[in-house]
Amino acid sequence: MTANLAVHAPILVVAVPLLAAFATPLVSRLGEAARKTWLILAVAATFLWVLVLLDRVLNLGPQVYVFGATHPGLALPSGLRFPVRIIFEVDAMSAFMVLSASLVALATAVYSLRFMEGSDGLDKFTSLFLLLLAGMLGMELTGDAFNFFVFLEVSSIAASALVAFWRQEPEPAEAGFKYLLLGTFGALLVLVAVGILYGRYDALNFASLAAQLRVGPVEKLALALLVAALAMKAGAVPLHFVTPDAYSRAPAVVTAILVSVSQASLYGLFRVAFSLYGLNLPSTAVLGWVIIVLGLLSMFVGVTMAIPQHDVKRLMAYHAVSQTGYMLLGVGVGLAVLADPVAFREYGLKAMEGGIFHIINHAMYKGLLFLTAGALFYRTGTEDLNVMGGLAHRMRFTTVCFMIGAAAIAGLPPFNGFASKLLIYESVYRFNPVLAVIAMVVSILTLASFVKVFQSAFLGPELPAYRKVEEVPAGMRVGMGVLAAVVVFFGLFPQLIVNTLVSPAAQALAQQAVYIAQVMGGR
Amino acid sequence: MGIADLPLVAVAAMLAIGVYGLLFERNLIKIAVAMSVVESGVNLFLVSLGYRQGGTAPIYTMAPEGTPMVLPTPQALTLTSIVIGLATTAFLLSLIVVLYRHYGTLDVREIRRLRG
Amino acid sequence: MLETLVTGSGFWHPIFWLVALALALAITLIIRALGRAGYQKGTEQTKPFLSGQPEREKEHLRAGNIYWGFLEALRGYYRPLQAGHTGIAADYLAWFVAGLVIISIVLLWS
Repeated sequence: MTANLAVHAPILVVAVPLLAAFATPLVSRLGEAARKTWLILAVAATFLWVLVLLDRVLNLGPQVYVFGATHPGLALPSGLRFPVRIIFEVDAMSAFMVLSASLVALATAVYSLRFMEGSDGLDKFTSLFLLLLAGMLGMELTGDAFNFFVFLEVSSIAASALVAFWRQEPEPAEAGFKYLLLGTFGALLVLVAVGILYGRYDALNFASLAAQLRVGPVEKLALALLVAALAMKAGAVPLHFVTPDAYSRAPAVVTAILVSVSQASLYGLFRVAFSLYGLNLPSTAVLGWVIIVLGLLSMFVGVTMAIPQHDVKRLMAYHAVSQTGYMLLGVGVGLAVLADPVAFREYGLKAMEGGIFHIINHAMYKGLLFLTAGALFYRTGTEDLNVMGGLAHRMRFTTVCFMIGAAAIAGLPPFNGFASKLLIYESVYRFNPVLAVIAMVVSILTLASFVKVFQSAFLGPELPAYRKVEEVPAGMRVGMGVLAAVVVFFGLFPQLIVNTLVSPAAQALAQQAVYIAQVMGGR
Repeated sequence: MGIADLPLVAVAAMLAIGVYGLLFERNLIKIAVAMSVVESGVNLFLVSLGYRQGGTAPIYTMAPEGTPMVLPTPQALTLTSIVIGLATTAFLLSLIVVLYRHYGTLDVREIRRLRG
Repeated sequence: MLETLVTGSGFWHPIFWLVALALALAITLIIRALGRAGYQKGTEQTKPFLSGQPEREKEHLRAGNIYWGFLEALRGYYRPLQAGHTGIAADYLAWFVAGLVIISIVLLWS
């Protein structure tokens, strides 16, 4: 029975939060305690199914799940040359992404119980949170281009509703409006690209499309639409403008998970670049350089815009833009040398590993940092660094968590950010030394701006306004503690994580033929 | 350019009009309308992809032998896309209501507390 | 469990850093232990002396003052950049469309 059910792990990962989201209005009629239990149960169950899925993918190989077929693994019905059904295609890269996203979701769900207390409409919050989780995980698991668009819209609508959740204030509504406007427009362009590809090849399945793709001007236009829209959703400069607005005004617990939502779009970008187009392109170097340039701009503009900010969440949001640049840089270098086996073996794969490792690291420490920003807001009622000060006297636990997160994002050893940045520096240096130097300068500026946050919010004498501030409640400490523990663990055992999770993910992304063969058979 | 290309010309025109409205209209409600125009353009694009000359609509339970029928995927996609478009339009308009209450204006150039 | 992280061009072992951290901590504690025996908390001797100005140490350096010189020196870089983040949704869309056009041109030209 268990083994039987485990076959359905890919769909259960999405179905559990999706159904739980729609059952929430009923459950929350039973009272506040029932709603809280329901949220934690749903997210924990999702996380457990993610672990089952991860175990199957790492031990049994990539999983293909076909909807409506007589057998979940039956991608090609008899008599047809192409897959007609909606397919989830889960390889090590997808499994890696859902692990990262669902772990952050679990920590933020626990944190949200106390943090959101006192807001009205918490049943809606719970529904939207679970919908957002379902949309995000769906984007990372699906193997179908149109299905990707649907999950993109689900996550985009749920995310903008959550950004505008405290709509009694003007700024959250403004941020939610901008997020929805840009998100909808971007998603429509993704749909145009899907339409173009369907019109050319009569297929929606990524693997089937990739097997038939002959890149001409029309396909290049579709690629440009996909790259621009997904880079915008991921927050790459110069398409990043909505990211700081949305991150700074959403409730902190939502911001922590929005980081993972952006990464789902980043995953979509990488999936399109590698598995759909990849070696079908006449030269992967051009697309690789487009991604590298987006990455460089993001890194540099993001960090320099962060330094003058005085709103703590807005400052961190610009750092999220900046850190996304590292992922684009690492994976972009891998893409640029994909067609050159010698260079790819020597440093391309390592650069990709660095970029992909940075994805999970960033989800952990940036989630942690946003939760500490939420803790400051919870106790002081402000997010303005100009009025904070001396909070380390009263909020010891939050201070330690912040220090861990800040050290990790600045790439200080022995925390996890250092490990992935080291992989990026050393491999990118062999591709082009200038890029590695820029990456290091950005890291120094990151440290500088977190020194500013640390000094202005935590250090200094106790301020009269915050005499009565206390440490945040236990539930919120658990949420932060989980992420902080993961940051330290990943920092102390980097090679373990690289070997078990990151390296398979990088190889799954790089090997386009394997991806196609999972669905299309050994053609 | 034949008569069959007309829908695609309409798609291009709708996308262009919609994007123009998004970029240059100042009234938030007009921006939401422009978004709907873009949406309809994309939906028209999907539907016109499904058209095949001489093909039959796949609406039979017992199809006559030998009639080539079109694959109904684009129609299914369009329906899904219309539903999603409805949700986003409704949500955009409700956010505009909230924004109007807070800012007292519908001018997109004045709703800019988040900047820098 | 503690393994070396191989980066292709080099390697990294967290144990080195942990040892270094432990050493630094030990040295700090030793220096602290060598402190004066006559220390008394809360008396005149623990107060910092800042050019004779009274109570200056109670003032907290606020975030807006940190890196003021840095930002002032780079004003030529920051002014257009901050002005570019206008906060207007239509401008965000315009940037997005411009980025899309540039990416399209680059990819179609290749």
